[in-house]
Amino acid sequence: MDNTKRYERLLERYRNGDLDRRSFLGLIGAAGVAYGVQTPFAKMAFAQDVTQVRFDGWGGVVSEAFRRHAFDPYTAETGINVVDGTFAGGDEYLAQVRSSQEGEYNIAHLSGVFDYARYVNFGLDVELNLDNIPNMELVMDALTNAFRGITPDHLSAVPYNYGTTGLAYNRAYISDEEIREKGASILIDPEYQGKIGGWSDWRTRLWYAALQTGQSPNDIQDMEAAWEAIRSHRDLALKYWGSGAELMSLLAEEEIYVTEGWSGRIAALQEQGHDIGYYDAPNSFGWQECLFVIKGSPVEACEELLNFMLAPETSIAVAEGQNYPPALDGTKVDLGDKIPTLPAYDPTGTLESLTFADPTYWNGNEAEWSETFARVQRGF
Amino acid sequence: MSVEAREKRQPWILLSPALMAVTLLLLVPLAFIVVYSFWLRSAVGPDIQGFHPDNWQRALTDPFYRYILLNTLKIAAITTFFCALVGYPAAYFITRSSGNKLILLLLLMLPFWISYIIRTMSWINILGSSGALNTLLISTGITSSPIQMLYNEATVILGLVHFLLPFMVLNIYVSLDGIDTNLEDAATSLGATRWQAFLQVTLPLSLPGLAAGGLLCFVLGAGTYITPLILGGPRDAMFANLVFEAIITQLNWPMGSALSLLLLLVLGALVAIYNRFLGMSQLTKGLG
Repeated sequence: MDNTKRYERLLERYRNGDLDRRSFLGLIGAAGVAYGVQTPFAKMAFAQDVTQVRFDGWGGVVSEAFRRHAFDPYTAETGINVVDGTFAGGDEYLAQVRSSQEGEYNIAHLSGVFDYARYVNFGLDVELNLDNIPNMELVMDALTNAFRGITPDHLSAVPYNYGTTGLAYNRAYISDEEIREKGASILIDPEYQGKIGGWSDWRTRLWYAALQTGQSPNDIQDMEAAWEAIRSHRDLALKYWGSGAELMSLLAEEEIYVTEGWSGRIAALQEQGHDIGYYDAPNSFGWQECLFVIKGSPVEACEELLNFMLAPETSIAVAEGQNYPPALDGTKVDLGDKIPTLPAYDPTGTLESLTFADPTYWNGNEAEWSETFARVQRGF
Repeated sequence: MSVEAREKRQPWILLSPALMAVTLLLLVPLAFIVVYSFWLRSAVGPDIQGFHPDNWQRALTDPFYRYILLNTLKIAAITTFFCALVGYPAAYFITRSSGNKLILLLLLMLPFWISYIIRTMSWINILGSSGALNTLLISTGITSSPIQMLYNEATVILGLVHFLLPFMVLNIYVSLDGIDTNLEDAATSLGATRWQAFLQVTLPLSLPGLAAGGLLCFVLGAGTYITPLILGGPRDAMFANLVFEAIITQLNWPMGSALSLLLLLVLGALVAIYNRFLGMSQLTKGLG
């Protein structure tokens, strides 16, 4: 029924006395409001316009590469501005997102599959239309499958890069042979008391405790032995570092000789000329990062931006900037000269050589283990 | 409206912007935190709403929280003591200096122009293995290898003293500046030595300023979390670090809320005791 017909029927009922004057005028008014809202006038409503998309990431060289290779070309093509924000840590960022209004945050450069699972558990995911992101064809299936394990019927993120948290050591004091011989146990070797570091992240501490006690990080059976290994590390360590900058500073200033470290940051130290070795012991902590679209975001605009960000020239520039290999499959895309030399790079495109955290296992124990670690860290 | 009624309303009209700001920015968020503290964290997903005293029960009975709280109060007390020890002579010197008081006060305020984090991190360049002090010790032959000076409770206290000292100096300065110098002269003319005059006249009269500075240093010191994070070792933590970890790392907002309220209550009780015996007016003098 069109609006004219609806009006004529209302008028007829009014004339017949079936409708009083007040109701008739009320219904006509309501129809007028509905018309104004849903027809051509609606296009003028500002709420419908996507004028900007917010991206939050780790800042620094990554941010610059994104701006030059993805954000500016995207804005030129779509007229949509990209507001570029940064965060210091994934936990802190999730706290911000949870306390914000829907739509305030749009795309985030998140760490790990467990972050993806956490966002999904908090109902912060969206359903991406992959037809709008043709560059997804170039991404390694192994990385995408990890997300499909959590949301089998849809994806709320695209994989972007990967790396490892391996052993970083000062070659002036620790030889390559020694690190290979001792592996993760070097972090609880009394010989290096006061010269050992470690990330203040409960997952990493437990992961390495599992390696030090000869257990599978994705299936720790003897938890008490793992906590005991963490206590040993705590008593031997000089400092728990909290950021990549602090990690680099501690190693570069020789405050510590050995720690676990992020592959990209250690590669950056090596580039700067520091004689810092990097070794991925068996079952070293592998992880991937993704570009997650947060609930309440303009999904289509985000999909278009993700496609720009996944374009080989952007992905490679970002990867070279942050020293982490991109999610692009090296068997499908020419990744240039530098990327194949980066730590953790997998030329096969299968990532079978890396061990990733099982998100169900780790997120299921997060509440208990994160609290226990806070206590163990302080001497309990 | 009568003149009397208008005069009665006037203070409230003038106060209303401040009252509104305090209500919206302090009392309403505080009410949210109180409500949150009675919710429960679920293993995954959103928190469980309702009235659950579990977080409070844990915060009040768990020896872990009690240990960290007592350690926090201990660190804050030691920091306050050192601030007073170092701050009093500095404030006395500024008060008694002639002509260059303004420059000295400006120098005192200068650190506030630099980020607190940067100021705290500067100690790494001073006390680190390849920092200024170790370089000096090695180059002068006093030691052959760097001495480990960083990342312990002592450096946390040092960082806090560095951060809080200006608050102490300013409060003592305000107190000392208000004392008539003729009183000291009168004491010496009656036979007291300079030291006796200071101990029996100046020091007692400046105690309210010292106490106000002490309260500020203690409260600010007990509430900090950045300093132990940057300058502390693996075990070093203060109560605010637990609040930070509960909310940011563990995403346990209900427990974090209960812990933050517990810290607020403990520090609030100390402020109330201070107010009971010394009054809050000295604090505002110091801040003015």
